[in-house]
Amino acid sequence: MSDTARSLVTIFAVLLGALTLAGGFIWVERRLLALFQERWGPNRLGPLGLFQGVADMIKIFMKEDWVPPFADKPVFVLAPMLIMVTTLASLAIIAFAPGLVVADLNIGVLFFLAMSSLGVYSVALAGWASNSKYALLGGMRAVAQMLSYEVFMGLSLMGVVMMAGSFRLTDIVAAQKSLWFCIPQLPGLAVFFIAGVAETHRSPLDLPEAENELVAGYHTEYSGMKFALFLLGEYVGMTVVSAMIVTLFFGGWAGPLLPPVVWFLVKTLFLMCLFIWLRASFPRPRYDQLMLFGWKVLLPVSLLNLAVTGAVLLVRGA
Amino acid sequence: MVATLHIDGAAYSVKEGQNLLQACLSLGFNLPYFCWHPAMHSVGACRQCAVKQFKDEKDTRGKIIMSCMTPATEGMRISIEDPEARAFRAGVIEALMVNHPHDCPVCDEGGECHLQDMTVMTGHVCRRARVRKRTHRNQDMGPFVNHEMNRCIACYRCVRYYRELAGGRDLDVFGWHHHVYFGRQVDGPLESEFSGNLVEVCPTGVFTDKTLKGHYARKWDLQTAPSVCVHCSLGCNTIPGERYGELRRVRNRFNEEVNGYFLCDRGRYGYEYENSDLRLRHPLRLGAEGPRPIPSAEAVSYVAGLLRNGGRVLGIGSPRASLEGNFALRALVGAGRFFIGWPERERALVTTALRLLREGAIRTPCLREVREADAALALGEDVSNTAPMLAFALRQCAMQRKIKVAAAFGIAPWDSDAVRLVGQDEKSPIFIATPCGTRLDDIATRLWRAAPEEIARLGFAVAKALDPDAPEVPDLSDEAKSSARDIAAALREAERPVVVSGTGAGSPAVLEAAGAVAAALRRLGRNVQLSLVLPECNSAGAALLGGGSLAGALSEVRKGQVDTLIILENDLYRRLNAEAADALLAGVKHLMVLDHLANATTARAEVALPCATFAESEGTLVSQEGRAQRFFAVHPARGEVRESWRWLREIGMAAGQSEMAAWQTTDDLIQTLSQEPGLSGVKEAAPGREFRAAGQKIPRQPHRYSGRTAMGADVSVHEPPPPEDRDSPLAFSMEGYQGQPPAALVPRYWAPGWNSDHALNKFQGEVGGAVRGGPAGVRLIEPAADAPARYAAEIPPPFQPAEGQWLVVALHHVFGSEELSAHTPGVAQLAPRPYLGLSPEDAQRCGVGEGDPVELAVGSSVQQLPARIIPGLPRGLLGLPAGLAGVKVVELPAGGRVRSVTGGPP
Amino acid sequence: MFSLFKGLWIVLRHAFVKRVTVEYPEKKPVLPPRCRGRIILSRDPDGGERCVACHLCSAVCPVACIALQAAEDAHGRRYPKFFRINFSRCIFCGLCEEACPTYAIQLTPGVEMGEYKRQHLVYEKEDLLISGVGKYPGYNFYRVAGLQIEGKDKGAAENEQPPVDVRDLMP
Ligand code: SF4
Ligand code: SF4
Ligand code: SF4
Ligand code: SF4
Ligand code: FES
Repeated sequence: MSDTARSLVTIFAVLLGALTLAGGFIWVERRLLALFQERWGPNRLGPLGLFQGVADMIKIFMKEDWVPPFADKPVFVLAPMLIMVTTLASLAIIAFAPGLVVADLNIGVLFFLAMSSLGVYSVALAGWASNSKYALLGGMRAVAQMLSYEVFMGLSLMGVVMMAGSFRLTDIVAAQKSLWFCIPQLPGLAVFFIAGVAETHRSPLDLPEAENELVAGYHTEYSGMKFALFLLGEYVGMTVVSAMIVTLFFGGWAGPLLPPVVWFLVKTLFLMCLFIWLRASFPRPRYDQLMLFGWKVLLPVSLLNLAVTGAVLLVRGA
Repeated sequence: MVATLHIDGAAYSVKEGQNLLQACLSLGFNLPYFCWHPAMHSVGACRQCAVKQFKDEKDTRGKIIMSCMTPATEGMRISIEDPEARAFRAGVIEALMVNHPHDCPVCDEGGECHLQDMTVMTGHVCRRARVRKRTHRNQDMGPFVNHEMNRCIACYRCVRYYRELAGGRDLDVFGWHHHVYFGRQVDGPLESEFSGNLVEVCPTGVFTDKTLKGHYARKWDLQTAPSVCVHCSLGCNTIPGERYGELRRVRNRFNEEVNGYFLCDRGRYGYEYENSDLRLRHPLRLGAEGPRPIPSAEAVSYVAGLLRNGGRVLGIGSPRASLEGNFALRALVGAGRFFIGWPERERALVTTALRLLREGAIRTPCLREVREADAALALGEDVSNTAPMLAFALRQCAMQRKIKVAAAFGIAPWDSDAVRLVGQDEKSPIFIATPCGTRLDDIATRLWRAAPEEIARLGFAVAKALDPDAPEVPDLSDEAKSSARDIAAALREAERPVVVSGTGAGSPAVLEAAGAVAAALRRLGRNVQLSLVLPECNSAGAALLGGGSLAGALSEVRKGQVDTLIILENDLYRRLNAEAADALLAGVKHLMVLDHLANATTARAEVALPCATFAESEGTLVSQEGRAQRFFAVHPARGEVRESWRWLREIGMAAGQSEMAAWQTTDDLIQTLSQEPGLSGVKEAAPGREFRAAGQKIPRQPHRYSGRTAMGADVSVHEPPPPEDRDSPLAFSMEGYQGQPPAALVPRYWAPGWNSDHALNKFQGEVGGAVRGGPAGVRLIEPAADAPARYAAEIPPPFQPAEGQWLVVALHHVFGSEELSAHTPGVAQLAPRPYLGLSPEDAQRCGVGEGDPVELAVGSSVQQLPARIIPGLPRGLLGLPAGLAGVKVVELPAGGRVRSVTGGPP
Repeated sequence: MFSLFKGLWIVLRHAFVKRVTVEYPEKKPVLPPRCRGRIILSRDPDGGERCVACHLCSAVCPVACIALQAAEDAHGRRYPKFFRINFSRCIFCGLCEEACPTYAIQLTPGVEMGEYKRQHLVYEKEDLLISGVGKYPGYNFYRVAGLQIEGKDKGAAENEQPPVDVRDLMP
């Protein structure tokens, strides 16, 4: 098989896998949330209600493709596409198993950061193009929140990068042969995880779409397929962040007995469930609290982490 | 004089001497009241309007006073909110409620009940009394007013209104203590033609609208729009209400310059023709097997085809159609081929009247000015039957004298009981000269019953007595001379005399005589006004538009000049006798008729188009005052019914008259129309369709309008959007501007806490006075200030009863003489049966008894009618009811002969 | 900080307790009588139609889904000539029941009203009127109202004196 064909197959496998995962995860989330709340969740359609997602998809496809008359049409259409493109592009650098990676870039980590920064545009443009007050407020919140948390996200990663000595994800996985970075880089993990929740604006840090204040935030005016893109984008984003955490802190595909891909998936799924657990447990902070927490807690912690890691490495190296 | 009034510690400026209640209400305070009414003023009977008055700043105890009975004086201190005053008012309501039935859910007044409003205002909620409620039996009061006596709170408004203002005699208060009973001696229809106002005057549900009861809807469920009454020439302002596509009732719309607070029963109840089974709903085409419905497009293209192929067309308009309709027809057929559908005599009368008003220097008064006049002369016109609200205004005019007498004793005009006591039987000089008795006779200082010519001669004699330059009346009897002197003396005394006449007597000489009296007074420098009653709601408008009469149309037809005849909202069989109408219609090849109701003319039409009534269309009418007033559609026309002008426009466009295409909306048409000479004011009659209040349209539905998502659900559960109104600034929905629009656009009276019609208080600058922003309508006719008062040259010879030859005069009836209202079942019930009126002397001479059949021959028209003996009818005169169904049409007055069918020839 | 973990722990524990969801079509819940479901029109204890067509329910309905037309029958009783509720609009707020002065309109615990066609959700009086008194036994509006109907003369309602004889001079 030529390299191109191989890449193409990988790309399709990854896309298919990630989208199915994200789609299926909507069902998992609803069932899990129900579990935490002493309910059943969707349990009617198919075994265990598994086809609920399919039904929802059919429904959403059938909806009228509606663009509000007051919206800025081209931008309004562009925004949801953007989020899909950026999150899916981040998938490219993730190494699921040895050899199962679309593009094993030597700047993998940076690429991930870049893509997640681009994702901000989607939300900001959606908020702007909707031309409605709730959407605009949501969009503005999203921009400030995502830009801030990106800083801590990037900083928190640097410890890992320093320890692995490379931006390439496969190298980082390899560097964790003896010890998963979650042990030495615990502060980094904590900051990255929290920043990850904020980046994907999952609850409890879902202020851009806080429904009890902003209706649905930046996607208030969206419905049908375009809304589905936002929804899916959120879940793919969650998958990507979980996969990154697994790769950076939990040894990637490494694990005994089972094949590497399975290990990778199990770890990722576990982290995603953690996201849901958080959602089920915590109330949403106020917006100022969120920003305060970021700049006054996360920033010092990640800087400190960086300094300590650097110092330790310096000492060791010396 | 302005006085400073301190109300609850804040200072306000009010009119000095005005009663406190009126002052407080005008300032916007919510102060409950019952017996006071802005048109009937204070009697202090109900004790509901209590406030506390303080001597000075230091006085903290104060005393309870009745605000309606206390004049505002400089520096006065009162409190509305004082706990004791509040408790007093709540106590009054509680006492009233002791005997009030548990009826609101089944009471027609509910939702617009002044008693409900006042109860809520005072805060009374729970009946604590342990006594049993007193009850009353009800009476049947005829087809218009329902009686439910249990609900009475004994405020006495009804009898004060009915007896003092409306001049009725058959409603009174009976019994005593808490058993007082407001009703008639025995069951039977109320006699006054103003009985319908009891419905609005009574603050409770004792008197309610019986026609509404037949198809009841609450006030909050009625879609309403400002409208104008189409049943006589006065143009009273109304608010018709619609529900489920049917007109449900008509209420008064306050216009201080026209009808004020009241309407007559013809105007209030005549609306039911709108719902009649006779309504045309589809275009009809006459075929061999009778008329059959055809699609609108087919009708339009068929008629257009007739016009296009070089067909010679003639248009007959109507004095009961709007200016817009008449104008559209004139535009379609061309000015030279447009005729107003009235007989030549009527045309002459109306144009004479209009000439008097336009060319003389004499102003025509609005009804307020008639109400405020202090002397009146009614010449030849039975206003109580042809223009009832003018008669009502004359009754107020009669009361001016009492107010004047009372003023000499320092009694304020609003202190109505005192005014009545002091005024005793004083009344302003009012002289009435008519062929037959009128229901105004009780207020007349003197009465004359004579033939129209005699009346005209009397008028000329009065003019001569006033002004020596006036022409001499030849062969005047001594009695007439002395009468004329008396009248002249009284009119000369008056500050604001009015002369009332009209077309009802059918004699141009009478009109000229009225003009002469006014001219003479004017020459004396008196501030005289001349009010001339016209036959129909838009007679003045039709005359302003110009155009020949039916005689002209007939001669065109006779000449064979007509292929197609288009008749607009006009039943020729009511205008001409059957032979003449047949001759006219038979002379044309094609006949197209536009009308609301099927009638003898539509039955002969090759194509009959269903056109919208006043409640389904927008249009302008010009009243006898020359006031152009706009009526607005209350509800959209259903099915294929359209405004006449829209039909005519479509036909015109299909026939190639491209300029009609520019008339997209009523406003466009009005724009063109106001370029006509004399009609430029029509544009200003009401704000145009672009008008917005605070950027919004005026909603026709109240904000509580119910059932929107269910009323059409039996047909389809998918609700259609509300119909759009591109013609006017009003909307067929409940969304829009909730504040006060300009008077011409007020669709209803409502204010927070004021669900009854008394919400009008909140629309008036000063309660009882003009609405904010001025009255609706615009006067098109103003006299030239410097025109010399001229006299007519011709004075008719005296009337001589001749043996065997009688003068037949028209007798008008408030119920039955008008075409459209006669389709209301109640009006039809109260309308007289056909009859021929004879004076008692003549009847005796001819040996005819009441009800005996007699044969009347006028010209070639012969008909048999039961005789009715009318006391007071002068000898030699026969009275034939005008416009009554079952009476053959003859142009009156005219010479005629009678023959007793049972007895010998008289 | 610790409380956050405690919160997580509590939520986790809830994953292992009994579900509260009632598996509806298989297991039917018992709804309390004041539950706001399907609307009915009731009759008074004497079997007469209770609704007097006062239009209060239609006025209060926030979605304006009640339409009716008042009429009077030969016995002098007011009744609705038609009475229509568009259940595809009704939000079962119960305001109509609260407004009704005669206890005629009542919300019942019936909730199974699903239809495949919206048009079938339009109920006419025939569909609404039941033969009983519903939740409120005993009340008959006409026994307290002052209106005269057949079988109840003026002054014959509860707490009323016989009609006044106006020509009587006794105090
Ligand atoms: S009069 Fe007014 S308060 Fe009395 S029953 Fe009728 S609506 Fe109710
Ligand atoms: S019938 Fe009406 S207006 Fe007459 S006294 Fe009674 S409540 Fe007043
Ligand atoms: S329950 Fe509420 S929404 Fe339904 S009919 Fe009654 S008032 Fe209207
Ligand atoms: S509120 Fe009651 S009595 Fe009134 S119309 Fe509605 S159901 Fe009938
Ligand atoms: S309003 Fe003043 S006493 Fe009746």
